[in-house]
Amino acid sequence: MTERTIPHRVAVTRTATPNLGRGDRIYLVADEISAQTELGDVYLRSLIASQLRLGLRTCLSVCGTFALLPLVFVLFPRLGTLPVFGIGLPWAVLGVLVYPVFVVTGWLYVRRAERNEQAFADHLEYVNQQ
Amino acid sequence: MNSAYSLVAVAFVVLATVAIGMFGVRISRTTSDFLVASRAVTPWQNAAAIGGEYLSAASFLGVAGLIFAYGADMLWFAVGYTAGYLVLLTLVAAPLRRSGAYTLPDFAEERLASPTVRHVASLLTVGIGWLYLLPQLQGAGLTLYAVAGLPAWAGAVVVAVVVVVNVMAGGMRSVTFVQAFQFWFKLAALAVPLFFLVIAWRADGAPTPLSTPHEFSVPTTLTVWVDTTVEVDQPTQVRVSGMVDSRFSADEARTLEPGTHQIAADTRIVFAAHSAVPHVSRIPEITGQQWVSPFGGGERSVYVVYSLIVATFLGVMGLPHVVVRFYTNPNGRAARRTTVILLGLLGVFYLQLPMYGLLGRLYTPQLLVTGRTDVTILLLPGTLVGGLGGSLLSALVAGGAFAAFLSTSSGLTMAIAGVLSRTKLRRFGITGFRLAAAGAMAVPLSMALVSTRLSVADVVGLAFAVAASSLCPLVVLGIWWRRLTAAGAAAGMIVGGSLAFAAGLVTLFSTPDIGWLRDLLRWPAAWTVPIGFGVMVAVSLATRHSVPDGVVRLMARLHAPESLGLRTGGERDPDRDEVRT
Repeated sequence: MTERTIPHRVAVTRTATPNLGRGDRIYLVADEISAQTELGDVYLRSLIASQLRLGLRTCLSVCGTFALLPLVFVLFPRLGTLPVFGIGLPWAVLGVLVYPVFVVTGWLYVRRAERNEQAFADHLEYVNQQ
Repeated sequence: MNSAYSLVAVAFVVLATVAIGMFGVRISRTTSDFLVASRAVTPWQNAAAIGGEYLSAASFLGVAGLIFAYGADMLWFAVGYTAGYLVLLTLVAAPLRRSGAYTLPDFAEERLASPTVRHVASLLTVGIGWLYLLPQLQGAGLTLYAVAGLPAWAGAVVVAVVVVVNVMAGGMRSVTFVQAFQFWFKLAALAVPLFFLVIAWRADGAPTPLSTPHEFSVPTTLTVWVDTTVEVDQPTQVRVSGMVDSRFSADEARTLEPGTHQIAADTRIVFAAHSAVPHVSRIPEITGQQWVSPFGGGERSVYVVYSLIVATFLGVMGLPHVVVRFYTNPNGRAARRTTVILLGLLGVFYLQLPMYGLLGRLYTPQLLVTGRTDVTILLLPGTLVGGLGGSLLSALVAGGAFAAFLSTSSGLTMAIAGVLSRTKLRRFGITGFRLAAAGAMAVPLSMALVSTRLSVADVVGLAFAVAASSLCPLVVLGIWWRRLTAAGAAAGMIVGGSLAFAAGLVTLFSTPDIGWLRDLLRWPAAWTVPIGFGVMVAVSLATRHSVPDGVVRLMARLHAPESLGLRTGGERDPDRDEVRT
């Protein structure tokens, strides 16, 4: 992981926008968040909300789907004995299928979560350039 | 002779552990696992290290034993043990790493600025750790008994001593490399024998519980090592050397009529081929059809399966040796990636267990008589493959099992000792930590020596239930909900944790006669987890004036990506704070 060097802090006023490097601009808005201003709070809340939505959506959809299976097997006992590739459906799903599904879900989640974070960082930069 | 090879393998694993532990200290001092090398430790290595520590007696022996005994419903254990990491990934991994917390008590204090909450979390962490440590010691005792006939306390003492010495020397645990190696070794110890077992099984005609009757296919000798009560369904001819139903026989042919029978300790029974399998009272007799079908056993209700799901899915994030491993990730992004890789590694491991369960039911049915189905994996190579190959494969499995006990026990003892030393013994420094390590092991060891009847799966299940009811709400609400207060957190943890703990204790030491009450107490997660969450939320709302200051800044640190370089408090220096060598 490359380390981002934190640029030396420069005192600025709101009216003047000095010709600083790119890193410094992000740093300025990040100060809004550090300083707990209202503006920073708004940005942060939206990031947290989108990450929570993503997390819950992923977690509930996959884990929730698997968690429905016991109910399905109780309500439809025939499914419990349905042969799939020579073994019973419950064994195929809970013994084999579940693991690749977890991995793929996890990987897709990581991609989206990182995209959320990147969008957040990009948005800060954009706003700061206004 | 089977046992000689296995003992050699176990001895090798123990010696390797000690040796690497002693040399590991030097390596970990110069290539500081936590400061410099942690930047170079890749997600793959970290994931393997977590897997190496996480796969304990329950995973290595217990799950296959449960599938063997009870059938399809027990698949949920393996699913749950893995799914917990998906929940952790989506809700906890990156923010927890960014909090800089080494243990959950640390996280509690960071988030809520309250020593009381820290103490409650510490108590729970230590309790859960002890509950998880106990079955490792018992599993070790069981393994040495099964492969070499050594008394049950031998294995427990060996593991306890090796782990405490290692942890005191500061070695094993802090070297990610060693734990990563443990994972691959355990995986091989399971996969290689399975390969040969499947070949032997196919050569036998690939029988399944549906195609063959549930009986002893060959004459089988069994020695019962504790007093056991069994149920016999059909008149069974046996040869008895020992005491059955209070009548002593010296190698005498007897008939066990249908009904309940008492078999005294150290009795040897020989079952003829094609005779029915008696089963210990605890395990119901089920047909092959019932075995392959969900809920087929009848004993297992929908409630039990759901409670199991809740406990395992939500309990992983509260296990002490899991949380501390996340700190070795360099940042939040790496923490996520590590978890995804871990999901894959665990999947490859757990994929093999249903097959072991199947083979156990077919080829080691005598374990149903004693109820110790946990040891099926240890016995299968000798039974199915036989000869020198079988002995070597058995030795490999025994070595892998011991690796599982040692690595998990190390991780747990380190985590527990870390928590203990920082709350009570902080001023004693390194000595305090070493005292804590000894104390961390002394309690489970004495319990293991005293109580031989507790099943590995039950105690581990209780650990998960307590973690899911107390620490899971703390972490999830702490990360995502601004309005969590110290009072709410403490109340939720205390109520949820003690309810789950009490319920479990009742069933470990007595068995209520009422069926539904027994299920409710033995698998409490389905009701204790919502109560834990509910109390935490309600009390927080009731004390909303006491939300800690600086919450927004803390939330920023938890959620904002590293690339922004926010100055929100920075990383804590582990060497200064932690009492670790």
